Amino acid sequence: MSSFAQEVPLSWYLLLSAVLFSLGVIGFLIKRNLITVFMSIELMLNAVNLSFVTFAHEWHAVKGQIFVFFVMMVAAAEAAVGLAIIIAVFRARATLAVDRIDLMKL
Amino acid sequence: MNAHLHIWMIPLFPFAGFLLNGILGARLPKWVVTWIALFAPLFSFEIVENAARGLLGFGTLPSFPYVETCPVPWIALGTLHVDFSFVLDQLSLVMLLVVTGVGLLIHIYSVGYMHEDRGYARYFAYLNLFLFFMTLLVLAGNALLMFVGWEGVGLASYLLIGFWYQKDSAASAGKKAFIVNRIGDFGFLIGIFLLIGTFGTLTFAEIGAKLAANPAWQGGILTVIALCLLMGATGKSAQLPLYIWLPDAMEGPTPVSALIHAATMVTAGVYMIARTHVLFDHAPFALGVVAVVGAATAIFAATIGLVQNDIKRVLAYSTISQLGYMFLGCGVAAYSAAIFHLMTHAFFKALLFLAAGSVIHAVGGEQDMRKMGGLRKHLPVTFWTMTAAVLAIAGFPPLAGFFSKDAILFAAFQQGPGGMLLWFVGLVTALLTSLYMFRLWYMTFMGESRSPEVHPHESPWSMLAPLVILALLSICGGWIGIERFSQFLMPSTGVRVVESATPHLELYLTVAAVAVALLGWLIAHRFYGQKTARADELANAVPGAYRLLANKYYVDEIYGATIVKPLLGFSRFVLGWVVDVAILGGIAWLLGGTALLTGAILQRWQSGNLRSYAAWLALGAAAILLFMTAPSMLGAAGINMHLNWMGR
Repeated sequence: MSSFAQEVPLSWYLLLSAVLFSLGVIGFLIKRNLITVFMSIELMLNAVNLSFVTFAHEWHAVKGQIFVFFVMMVAAAEAAVGLAIIIAVFRARATLAVDRIDLMKL
Repeated sequence: MNAHLHIWMIPLFPFAGFLLNGILGARLPKWVVTWIALFAPLFSFEIVENAARGLLGFGTLPSFPYVETCPVPWIALGTLHVDFSFVLDQLSLVMLLVVTGVGLLIHIYSVGYMHEDRGYARYFAYLNLFLFFMTLLVLAGNALLMFVGWEGVGLASYLLIGFWYQKDSAASAGKKAFIVNRIGDFGFLIGIFLLIGTFGTLTFAEIGAKLAANPAWQGGILTVIALCLLMGATGKSAQLPLYIWLPDAMEGPTPVSALIHAATMVTAGVYMIARTHVLFDHAPFALGVVAVVGAATAIFAATIGLVQNDIKRVLAYSTISQLGYMFLGCGVAAYSAAIFHLMTHAFFKALLFLAAGSVIHAVGGEQDMRKMGGLRKHLPVTFWTMTAAVLAIAGFPPLAGFFSKDAILFAAFQQGPGGMLLWFVGLVTALLTSLYMFRLWYMTFMGESRSPEVHPHESPWSMLAPLVILALLSICGGWIGIERFSQFLMPSTGVRVVESATPHLELYLTVAAVAVALLGWLIAHRFYGQKTARADELANAVPGAYRLLANKYYVDEIYGATIVKPLLGFSRFVLGWVVDVAILGGIAWLLGGTALLTGAILQRWQSGNLRSYAAWLALGAAAILLFMTAPSMLGAAGINMHLNWMGR
């Protein structure tokens, strides 16, 4: 087992995952464009995927990889539905600024 | 031996009639409703009659008392067992004959009387319901089942008094009857609880056996139980002080007054005392109270009856008075005489009410006797049957009322000095009875019509036939004689020890009773026979006394001022304002207000802004993460150790 993975320490992967996740959170919180917000969610999901794969590899457990497939599948479905909603919202209101899509309140 | 009389079917038929007419009646044609309603009491009467013939030796003879118990237990609590058990003995047989027999006649009468009414099917459904509960009450083998029937007849009575519920007075009369009865029922219920506590059983036969095994047991708790039962009986049988509902109950249709408020339901109290007579026999004080209540009610109601002008109200007060006689009979332990009077009274009082109904029917709904008069010529059948009833209730020999009233008075006279006082009260009441009944008779049928514009017409034969049959019963009903009657009832009501009276004494008492009846007639003839003006002169001569009687001793007003008003005030202010509005309402407002206030604050969170939601979400996630990892992050090198361990 003299692969590249053996030479890169585990903590690097996890740090990368944490950085990606944090970027996703920050993007989600500060961006106004709905599509960007949506992409931030995808980024968070992929950050989590990365840590899943890391741990699976580390502990030689296949469960983590199975989870990754689940997450991808859900993300794909979410992308389909989410993009459809975004298109519908844009058609109805001609804007994608999240601050202005705030009808769901008392 | 006939092992199967199927007495459980006696209540069943009226109940089936009630269900059929009650559910489908409005959609069925009238003649179907009529036949359903008539067949219910007819079948029940046939079963009772079959049993009676069996007992009298014309058929197969069941051993009495004959008990049928539903195989499914009703209540089984530890040692207490209460079952649906029906008992047919001499006492319940007599009562059942009266209830189903008179009931059948009144059903037939109602066909004619209620023919035009819109609630025809509803009326017969209620009437059958009443018969169901009444037969249940009579057949009940234990106090609780009797209580079910007791409450049930109260319900049927309420429904029928308020039958014309569009009329405000009828609706409130129904409520009054129900509420006043509830006061009595409360006593009955307490009595039942005490019976359970004292005897551990509610079956009449077992209570009787336990008391028979212990003849020295007297007074104490037994007196309390007996007084509680008496309270129930005064409610149902309209005795002092709970009689006030019965006069108002005349708001119901007249056949209902005849069946429920004269012949059957109001005698349930007398029946109950006779049924539980072993208890009263062991509680002499309670028995004395029964006698005093009965005598007081008899004379009290009779005096009010003297001045009433509504024909049905006169009969209502007369009923209360006659029920007082029955209580008097029970109170001097002459149960068979009381039941005898119950039976004859059922005949002639039902007849009086039905005849009065025929009169009211004839003059187009008028009930005020001052506007009647001279109806003799127009209503011959009604007149002659009514005459028979008047003679019977006034106590003229050889009509039914004479024998039974005489038996009660004779029994009272034999009870020593106190008994003689009771006898005297009974005798005065007999005078008053004769007086007010002939007053009614003269004012209604004799003289000239005081409303010439009304053209009275005789009632249809469906109404007259029951009148004729009841008239025959009122004439012949007493011929059995009290001796044979008490001989027959003896297994149920026990042997009464009577000191052998000299034949002379009995004769003197009889002569006295007939004399007062004649005297009553003569007085009535003098005051109402030729011209009624004489009665008005008398009323003007003693205005105070007249007003007192005409206003029924102001009892309703006194009850209103002392009980109803304080109770209403208490309900309105203490329960209504303090408890309901202030306490309960306050708690409700506090709870609701808290929720509203919390909501008003928390709704600021729901800004509709997606990013604010996300921020809260992230904050929450961070907080949970912190909470879960806090223990391992406490050390300065915590996170390093963690990573080191994982990166090993």
